[in-house]
Amino acid sequence: MYKSLAEAIKDAEASGRTLSQTALDMESADQGRTVEDIREVLGRALGVMRGAIDQGMVGDLYSASGLVGGDAAKLRAGPPGPLAGTAFRDVLARALAVQEVNAAMGVIVAAPTAGGAGVLPAVLTGLAASKGFGDEKLVDALAAAGLIGAVIAERASLSGAEGGCQAETGAGAAMAAGSATEMLGGTPAQAGHAVALTLQGMLGLVCDPLGGLVELPCVFRNATGAAIALAGIEMALAGVTFAIPVDEVIDVMGEIGREMDVRYRETAGGGLAATPTGRRLARERLYQIKRGG
Amino acid sequence: MVSLLDIIGPVMVGPSSSHTAGACRLGLLGRGLVSGTPEKAVIELHGSFARTGEGHGTDKAIAGGLLGFRPDDERIRTALEIAEKEGLDYRFEKTALGEEAHPNTVRMTLDHAGVQATLTGSSLGAGRVLVTEIDGFPVEVTGSFHTIVMTAEDIPGSIARITGILANHGINIATLRLTRKQRGGDAFIVIECDESPGEGVRDEIRGLDWVRWARRLDKVSGA
Repeated sequence: MYKSLAEAIKDAEASGRTLSQTALDMESADQGRTVEDIREVLGRALGVMRGAIDQGMVGDLYSASGLVGGDAAKLRAGPPGPLAGTAFRDVLARALAVQEVNAAMGVIVAAPTAGGAGVLPAVLTGLAASKGFGDEKLVDALAAAGLIGAVIAERASLSGAEGGCQAETGAGAAMAAGSATEMLGGTPAQAGHAVALTLQGMLGLVCDPLGGLVELPCVFRNATGAAIALAGIEMALAGVTFAIPVDEVIDVMGEIGREMDVRYRETAGGGLAATPTGRRLARERLYQIKRGG
Repeated sequence: MVSLLDIIGPVMVGPSSSHTAGACRLGLLGRGLVSGTPEKAVIELHGSFARTGEGHGTDKAIAGGLLGFRPDDERIRTALEIAEKEGLDYRFEKTALGEEAHPNTVRMTLDHAGVQATLTGSSLGAGRVLVTEIDGFPVEVTGSFHTIVMTAEDIPGSIARITGILANHGINIATLRLTRKQRGGDAFIVIECDESPGEGVRDEIRGLDWVRWARRLDKVSGA
């Protein structure tokens, strides 16, 4: 796969292809599989993503500790806010839904990781629903998202333990922003700006879950990550550009991750996990989970 | 080389690719090592596996793997109950394997059909795993291929004989690594294959009188 998003964008533009097609062609060459075969695997992933969203929207799932769950349903059917009835609110609900399913040991697609699994399906399926797009376009978008994720894996990291939450929900948001921008008619270059505009807003985000478990704040970080991705998409499609090239933004995300103190890399030693209440909840709720629950 | 499909995946039961999906794969490798559901399993958890494992369902995921469930199998949620029904007598313990050990490490001692085997492995993140020790021998098995591990006397032509057996069964070798501590000492061989070697192949290799020990581990990852 590509190691530079700029290079993928250049190839796409030179050959008049989309980033999705460029990604599928490269994956096909790399892995010796047909594009149809790759699309079929992505199609199955899409099915699992939709299943998780449907399951999470019901609102009857809770995590092992009971600390998270039921909030996607509040956004779906609870009291309106200023964004009631918009795709924005729907995307937030979908992100919470996937992550609540994950915390309750339901089936999800780790894209890029389990902890950041809510952003991409929420943004893509939420926006596709608002535009009436079918699965074909969504499978294309997943290919572009995979390309963006692969570049981030290569140049920075996709692991909270290595690079903080910016590497998980941040990467998920970047993947969602670039792929959705293209799905909505943006050019490869606009998709690149969407990635940069989104990632710049996630830089430095620490990984600080209570008790080290993928629950709190992970569930909510997926929703706020999706919100930042929507901001990136909206700006990129409006023609806003980001002056720092996207590969450099990804590189600096990696650098910040490496410099990040170990307390902020999934160890529950700092951030929200180390607040007085975070410590108390971890002690009371997370370390005392009864077997077989 | 990073594959697009590694990024959009794996499909898995939550909540953690390292503590749940990876743990399940280590259980599957343990099951492969004893060729079936063990009757008895002592599972020692080290580091973060010991500290946050229960909340991540690491215990359920390892038991599920030992029962043959893959990381996307929802039966993982109730794997401990299923284990009891299916006669898998499991015991989880917390252990400290030292500073050098990866934070997400498990050591399993498994009994099945009169055979006992031990396996130590780590979950490296994003569902990737690495088996580092089998029956006391240091190994590096990723579970991305069907793998044969063995120790043999360091004699000329040993590799030719073994690869000959694989060729006769139509099995293509992806990687092969031979190491030894000293000249004339035991050779340690790890062969990763594209096809599953089957127990017949393993037994044929075990039948060679200069092979001290051989184990087979089926692939547990890859779309």
